[in-house]
Amino acid sequence: MGFSDFFRKKGTSSIAKDRLKLVLVSDRAGCSPEIMEQIKNDIIAVISKYIEIDLDGLDIKITQTESESNNGTVPALFANIPIKDLKASKR
Amino acid sequence: MGEVIVVTSGKGGVGKTTTTANVGTGLAMLGKKVVLIDTDIGLRNLDVVMGLENRIVYNLVDVIEGACRIRNALIKDKRYPNLYLLPSAQTRDKNAVTPEQMKKLADELRDEFDYIILDCPAGIEQGFKNAIAGADRALVVTTPEVSAVRDADRIIGLLEANEMKQVHLIVNRIRMDMVRRGDMMSSDDVCEILAIDLIGIVPDDENIVISTNQGEPLVGSDSLAGRAFMNICQRIMGEDVPFMDLDEKRSIFSRLFGKHKKN
Repeated sequence: MGFSDFFRKKGTSSIAKDRLKLVLVSDRAGCSPEIMEQIKNDIIAVISKYIEIDLDGLDIKITQTESESNNGTVPALFANIPIKDLKASKR
Repeated sequence: MGEVIVVTSGKGGVGKTTTTANVGTGLAMLGKKVVLIDTDIGLRNLDVVMGLENRIVYNLVDVIEGACRIRNALIKDKRYPNLYLLPSAQTRDKNAVTPEQMKKLADELRDEFDYIILDCPAGIEQGFKNAIAGADRALVVTTPEVSAVRDADRIIGLLEANEMKQVHLIVNRIRMDMVRRGDMMSSDDVCEILAIDLIGIVPDDENIVISTNQGEPLVGSDSLAGRAFMNICQRIMGEDVPFMDLDEKRSIFSRLFGKHKKN
């Protein structure tokens, strides 16, 4: 019927697969959601000393990335930290 | 010189004991001399799945502690030549055995048997460490569910950290009707996520429940699961057996129905 039905037709196995891939990346890196939360808070604390950042738009996660040295993928800490007001913080 | 194989999974209830019973029985049917060891101390189950629960005299802990000879504790399965079971102890706890003792026991059995198959307990604690200590090869059993696959990944990591030489995957209890409509991960999906070699795909088959009720492994019978387990046995022996076409039972009716159900 609608647009959402079109996606639902794909079934739930792809949802399972995507969720698994994400959880396994942090499992394999030995990085639990609790530790991630601590890292996030520490990063916020450090950066906030210099610039004002958008806490709502902040996103920190472990992802897979292509390794430069050896073949295959390696886990990487990915942080997307939007800056709220650069000018104001420069003063 | 026999080969020691551990059947493991991490998560409970995915089919380790059923796999151990069927793979062991299948290898015996193919003419190999096989001993099955239940290493799940305190929660013994392989004996009932094999239908040998009434013949237990001594158990694994008795052997380890030297209370009896290995020979006296082995139960010979009268239905198949060359198939033996070493049952676990029901009233002891997992710390009654150490990894070194398990390794020594498995090594002592190598001279007499072609395959020594260890049924590993669920979890990653002492029982798991005991079971993998003396093994040359591991069969990791999982079902196509997120919880089982996640635990299998953890187990694979631990097996690699323990320098297990060969690690193979068995995807158990797969339902092709659900895979077809996209509501269950396929064996390819699971394999891709876990990144190890597949040695078997076992379809969800009610005959497993029926055979377990009777204490008779169904390997070699003309059921889907029976054939799947026999294929695994042949692959363990090094034969190149193609994976079964699990789609073969699909009728024209189900094809039409499946395709147009949503409209």
